[in-house]
Amino acid sequence: MAVNKSYEEINEKIRRGEAVVVTAEEVIDVVAEKGYEQAAREIDVVTTGTFGPMCSSGAFINFGHSNPRIKMKKVWLNGVEAYTGIAAVDAYVGAGQLPENDPENKVFPGRFTYGGGHLIHDLVAGKEIKLEAIGYGTDCYPNKKVDAIITLSDVNDAFLFNPRNAYQNYNCAINLGERVIYTYMGILKPKMGNASYSSAGQLSPLLNDPYYRTIGIGTRIFLGGGVGYVAWHGTQHHPNVPRGENGVPLGGAGTLALIGDLKGMDPNWLVGLSFIGYGATMAVGIGVPIPILDEEMLRFTAVKDEDIYCPIVDYDEGYPYCKPMDLGRVNYRDLKSGKVIINGKTVVTTPQSSYPRARQIAQILKNWIQKGQFQLTQPVASIPSAEADIVFKSIPHKKPGNEDSVVEKRR
Amino acid sequence: MKNKLVCYFSAAQSEQPIIYRLVKDYDLIINILKADINPQKEGFLVLELEGERSSYDQGVAFLKSLGVGVEPLSETVVWQPSVCIQCGACASFCPTEALQIDRSSMEVSFDNSKCVVCGMCLDCCPTRAITLHFEIKEAV
Ligand code: SF4
Ligand code: SF4
Repeated sequence: MAVNKSYEEINEKIRRGEAVVVTAEEVIDVVAEKGYEQAAREIDVVTTGTFGPMCSSGAFINFGHSNPRIKMKKVWLNGVEAYTGIAAVDAYVGAGQLPENDPENKVFPGRFTYGGGHLIHDLVAGKEIKLEAIGYGTDCYPNKKVDAIITLSDVNDAFLFNPRNAYQNYNCAINLGERVIYTYMGILKPKMGNASYSSAGQLSPLLNDPYYRTIGIGTRIFLGGGVGYVAWHGTQHHPNVPRGENGVPLGGAGTLALIGDLKGMDPNWLVGLSFIGYGATMAVGIGVPIPILDEEMLRFTAVKDEDIYCPIVDYDEGYPYCKPMDLGRVNYRDLKSGKVIINGKTVVTTPQSSYPRARQIAQILKNWIQKGQFQLTQPVASIPSAEADIVFKSIPHKKPGNEDSVVEKRR
Repeated sequence: MKNKLVCYFSAAQSEQPIIYRLVKDYDLIINILKADINPQKEGFLVLELEGERSSYDQGVAFLKSLGVGVEPLSETVVWQPSVCIQCGACASFCPTEALQIDRSSMEVSFDNSKCVVCGMCLDCCPTRAITLHFEIKEAV
């Protein structure tokens, strides 16, 4: 009889401490030994993990009020500006934000030693943070300036809200130019001196559920060492791309918007990063449990690095100037071996996403589930999948009209 | 030629325009990497000196003639496993495999004895888990 399990049946087993949980790496060996059907029968949950730079991350914070009250017009945390164009003492700080006085790339390549990601790490680590805010003063919010030292425990709310995380597959970056370039994919040596990649491959959440059958809005996950949820599909979610026979996209495709309470997180799993010549960002730890509802889900989770291909992209001209170039594809087994062959040349590979940390996350999530601390959730709504008709857009070339007409419209 | 040196000063020497003389009289390009002079005006300077071989030698002889202690700089690379996130980015930049990835676990390790202090790994580590340390003796 075909394997068929419901979320409720799996959760019942988790509550009884009887669920069979393996990581997305371990499932490969189970399948090799027992075959798909038997493995699907025995395994209830497969845990995934990823830990890499994810620029589209940040945190909403409500500071509570000063006395007298303030409506913040601008606010800085350790010199890093947070966006406060929302309610009086609410703000959003982005992982890629730099301090006001950062030298940026003025002396190239810049170092970017501190930014929003480092700040979020420091907050979660319980460190003291310098809070500065200015306001213009109103009858209800008379205060115009706040200077204080705060810690995470002093604020009312702090939750991570990351608009785009857990990219399903990504580019393999090379440099076909003549000079060293400094990118968000790290340092790329000229004339294809190295090939940089950033995915946990066979452990990565969306590569184990390629059509988002079980990962959807409301899915409970491991986020930054605590518990989080999938809030929406991520920005630039583009599921209708070419896929392999196994359903796995052959390049960047799905993404997730994630949310979770910063107060329950761990600084080990939210780490500020400094990419020389590029900027500051944050490594985010994410783990998603995948329920083995049937044999199809088991087959998806048994995907191997050698069956996941990513496109080779030139970051000298191709990427920055949006020039389409067909440079072929490589698989993650070869990328992880340390060398790949591109155009007949052997190229050393540079990972950006931490595979050992991804494995650790999948293990932690497995332990949580085995101990009955973490139950699975059925998505309340699905995110768009391969049959969607999403067009990947860029900024239109249309220039604003002459100044007069703009002024006209404003009046 | 180009070399890094540590110069140890006593109070009398730190009053003199040593850098100026090195530039002016010996035509050397000087980069001050680190300096620490205490309130008693004793301390050290870590310098990078660049110039013709003969002027370099004469410049160093000049420093020694003033009683400045001159020693080659010994630098070491320190890898902090507690800061490292095991991304592996550094290993492909290391020419000597001092930083290495175990391909089955994908874990990075550092073997100080293989490190030639080329500095290649310093720029590419996003967590700054790898740092350069100058070995400097107590001020004389
Ligand atoms: S300094 Fe050079 S040799 Fe030493 S670990 Fe770094 S890259 Fe390797
Ligand atoms: S680049 Fe830095 S963080 Fe990454 S493995 Fe090397 S030392 Fe660790």
